[in-house]
Parts: sequence; C-alpha cells; structure tokens
Amino acid sequence: MDIHAFLDGFALVVQPGNLLYCLIGVLIGMLIGVLPGLGPAATIAILLPITYGIDPVSALIMLAGIYYGAQYGGTITSVLLRLPGEASSVVTVFDGFALAKQGRAGTALGVAAIGSFVGATIAILGLTFLAPFVAGFALDFGPPEYAALALLGVLLVATIGNGNVLKSLVAAALGLLLATVGRDSFTGAGRFTFDSLQLSDGIDFVVVAMGLFGVGEILYNLEERHGKPHVPAAVANVWPSRKDLREASGAIGRGSAIGFGLGVLPGGGAVLASLAAYAAEKRRAKNPERFGRGAIEGVAAPETANNAAATSSFIPLLTLGIPANASMAMLFGALLILGITPGPQLVNERPDLFWGVINSMYIGNLILLVLSIPLVGLFVRILRIRPAILAPITGLITVLGVYTINNSTFDIFVMVAFGVIGYLMKKTGFEPGPLVLAFVLGQLVESSARRSLVIFGGDPTGFVTRPISGAILALLVVVVLWPVLTRLLRRVRPAAAPVVEQRPADTRPKENVR
Amino acid sequence: MTILIGYVDTPEGEAALETGLAEARLRGADVIVVNSPRRGAPVDDDMISAAQVQRVLERAKRADVAAEVRQPLHDDDLPDTFEALVLETGADLVVVGVRHRSPVGKLILGSDAQRILLEASVPVLAVKA
Repeated sequence: MDIHAFLDGFALVVQPGNLLYCLIGVLIGMLIGVLPGLGPAATIAILLPITYGIDPVSALIMLAGIYYGAQYGGTITSVLLRLPGEASSVVTVFDGFALAKQGRAGTALGVAAIGSFVGATIAILGLTFLAPFVAGFALDFGPPEYAALALLGVLLVATIGNGNVLKSLVAAALGLLLATVGRDSFTGAGRFTFDSLQLSDGIDFVVVAMGLFGVGEILYNLEERHGKPHVPAAVANVWPSRKDLREASGAIGRGSAIGFGLGVLPGGGAVLASLAAYAAEKRRAKNPERFGRGAIEGVAAPETANNAAATSSFIPLLTLGIPANASMAMLFGALLILGITPGPQLVNERPDLFWGVINSMYIGNLILLVLSIPLVGLFVRILRIRPAILAPITGLITVLGVYTINNSTFDIFVMVAFGVIGYLMKKTGFEPGPLVLAFVLGQLVESSARRSLVIFGGDPTGFVTRPISGAILALLVVVVLWPVLTRLLRRVRPAAAPVVEQRPADTRPKENVR
Repeated sequence: MTILIGYVDTPEGEAALETGLAEARLRGADVIVVNSPRRGAPVDDDMISAAQVQRVLERAKRADVAAEVRQPLHDDDLPDTFEALVLETGADLVVVGVRHRSPVGKLILGSDAQRILLEASVPVLAVKA
C-alpha cells in the first residue's frame, strides 16, 4: 500500500470544499434514509446529473456519502415509528420498536449509531488494506477474466439478491438484452435500433436508472397510501448504559464481520447483510425468544452489518470495476459519466480519487455519528411531508436532470418509459436492481467476451484453459448447480431435511414486513 | 345533545377542551373530542398519542362528562371533516380554539378556524387561549 497516496487522500478530503460535499452527501443520505420509499439507489440516480459540474472526487465523495448515510437514517424511523425507512433497516423494526415501546428508544438509537460507526470504521479499515491488494491482483486480469467475472456478477446478483430468484433472473435477462441495444462496437451493425438515430448509440445507463429507480419509485409511492399517521415515540436518554453496550458489543463485532463479508459479494450489500446478521444473532442467542421483544442485540447486529456492508461493497467497484449492488451500479455509472473507468488501474491512475473516496468515509462516518443523535427530532419532522408534495418535486428534478445529460428530449421519454416499466416491475414483484446491474455488467460481459474471442482467435476453450477465468467459470457452474444439488441431496437424505427447512421459517416474517 | 370539541396539543386546543367540557356539563351534553391528522404523511405533529387520548378522557371524566375521542383523517379540507362529523353525530355545538394569524399568513395559509366558524351548519363557540 502506498502510504503517501493514502495520506494525500486525507489531505484531499479535509479540503473545505470536499468536507462540505461529504457533509451534504451524508445529510442527504440520512434524509432519504428517513423517508420511506426513496432508497439510496433512487436518490443517487436522481442526483447524478448535478454531479456533472463538479470535480469527480467531490462528486464521488458526495454520492458515496448518500449511500452509507442512508443506512444511518433508516434506523430512526424503524425504531421510532415501526416504519423502516430503508430495506436494510427492516429487521431493526422488530427489536427497535419493541425497545421504543419500553421507553428505551434513545438507547436503541444510541446503540445503533455506535454500532453503525464501529461497523463502518472496521469495514473502512478493511477496505483501506484490502482494496489495493485486490486491485494489484486484478491487474493480471485480461478480457477473459473480466467476461467471466462480470457473468458471475450478473448471476450472483440474480440468485443471492432479495426476492424471488426466478423473477430476478428474468429481470437480469431483460437487462442483458437492453445492454445490446445500439450499434455493435466491433462490427458497427445496428441492433434493436429500429432505424432510430437516437437508439443507435444505445440506451444511456443513467436514463435507464433514473427511470427505473427514480420515476418508478415515485409512481409506486404515490399509489401506496401510508394509512394512519403515527405518533413518534419520545426519545430520552440517548447514551446507552454500560450494561447495554456490553450486551451489544458481541453483536456489533459479529455484525461487522458478517456485513464486511456479505458486502463484498456481488448481489450482497446492506440489505442482505442486515438480514443475515439478525438471523445469526438470533440463532446463537441462549434465549432466542427475547428477540422481537426488545433485545438490544437485535438492533445492534443488523445496524452494524448494514453499515459495514455498505462500506465493503466499494471494494469490488473500486478494485475490479464490478458493482456489487444497485447503488454501486449507480456509482459505477457516475464514474463513467465523469470520464473515469473504475477498475484495477484506478488505484494507480487516479490515486486521488481512490483514496479520496475511501478516506472520506472515515470523516463521513464521524459526521454521521455526531449528527445522527441530536438531529433525530429534525429528521422525524421531515416525515410530515406528504408524498403528494414530495413526488412532484422529485419528479421535476428527475426530468430536468435527465434532460441536462444530453440535452435530448428523447431521453426524457425513454426515462418515462422505463419509469412505467419500473413501476410495473415493483407492482408485480420484480426487483429493478438486477435489471440495472445486468444492464451495466452486460456491456462489460459483451465487450470483454468478444475481445477475448479475438485474442483466442475464435476458440472459446480459451476461457476455460486460462487459470483465473477457468476458476471463475468453475465457480459459476457451482452457483448454477448449487440449488439443484441441495434439492437432490434433500431428496436423497430425508433425515437432513428438518435442519435445512429451519431457515426459511426464520426468514419468512422478515419478508412479510417488506 | 352532543358537543364537538376540536383538539390539538396547543394552548388553543387546551382552551377549547376546557371551555367545551364546561359547556357540556352546563348543558348536560356528551362530548366528542376531534383530533384529526392529515392523510398521507407518515407523521403528523397535531396528532395526539394514545397516552394523550387517555389524558383527555380522564379530564372529561373528572368534569363528569361522557366523552369519546375520534381521530378521523382529513385531506385538504379540515372544515369538511368537522361538518361531516356534525351531520353524522347530530352535534349541536362545535367548540374550536382560535389564534392570531396575520393577514399575510391568512392569505397564504388560510384559516381553518374561520372556515369552521362560517361554514358549520350549527353554532360554533370560538375560544381564545
């Protein structure tokens, strides 16, 4: 690790301008974390156009702040209102709201904030030391390795992600198909362009993302009526007692580890990490019936894990150039627009950006820790805004933003079309995340696969004979066959069945809340 | 006989509750305390919690008045919610708290109290904090 570049990154972050962007980013992140419905991916999508005018480092610092800031914000509504602001805070509702009912809302928020800070800091440390190493390793990657890795990414996103596997696969396939629209980069032949000049350049990633996440979520939220208003639980005595901290410390440690591990995985990220950490904590507890009735570990573990995962999911993006989840796909798109190709060369070509973004997270999490507790009252007041007022404003920003990218009215209509698609997908239980990720990775899969075929002279066995791409493809086969194998094993050995079936029973209540 | 009392957790709301309960005892009437949050927003500052509802009911009990608390949702028109309740319950008096509002504030934000005063189909008792 280049210690000078690392320190230079800090020098960059503490410049007043960048500190301000960091503050703005985490504030927006907390804000949308509090607002149910608007997720970090949607917000980054909506705000992408305003980053064109500013320095790439500042832009990335701000957008990254939105992502990890949202993990803090989601806790507040989960605890005080039983209303998860983010998908990654859904499990916090069980014990967080139970604690609030016992008059310990402050304790829950305090533990969540401390856990989040610890989890995120551990993950940033991991990121600091691991990322340059992974990037160095990935420098050996050629097009075949990238093709295999991107393909594995698409598959993992579809299978590991939350929700129905079949529907995720369908969405991912649609994303891959959309990625082929436009002129073929090797032969120049038009594909799915319908003789339209506007389509010959392909569909812009930002337009797709703004439509699916931005417009789609706005439409979906307008329809969802939030029943009766809630009266937020009173917050008193924010500082958790020594006993609470001692009870939570184990959960915070395990949450950090689980979050860090799952964040790196493609298809992982904050949502999966929080679910896994909660389930793990419940499984190893001596008396699991405490969970759901105000167990402090039930707040500490998922909140720690989602922040750790939010941080560690930057590793594949910054070192391999492969986004691990939908929000990372948005950052990937942002980097491309700013003229930077994320990948293993990033750490050497743009050390300022690489270390600037990573080190901004140390500062950003410190800001969040300081802000999150005193501003709870303020953030709860934001919830007084009705969707009927919020939706037109976000809608206007989205339309303006998408127009400014290419000064093209055609893009606006494409975005609206994808907005309708996104809305229909949400209505019918398809996640837009896999589609967007497959769309981003699809271009990578195609160009790397064809470039490697050129290198191999048209012989596809080259993918298998190269050690790294061969290993990745072997992993791919394992991922494909895993569900089939486990099902077969269960049928062959019925004695093992009860053990396997315990897990769906654990996860079912969580899915109901979403 | 029934009296509707508009209640929010402010000095004006308190005054309305106080006077409304006194009036109800005087007339031997029942009381319906109305606390109407706005529809749509996840949080409404004017909505009172279950504990506060209990407190209001206890106060009515101390004043020896039969009371119930209703929390109907309103859209953009609070006066309509009141009028609908008047028609539904056959109330013959509405008690509301009023506060100062500058002409500009009134121009921009309007005044629910004024509209209830002018539009309600039954007499309205306006109380100052």
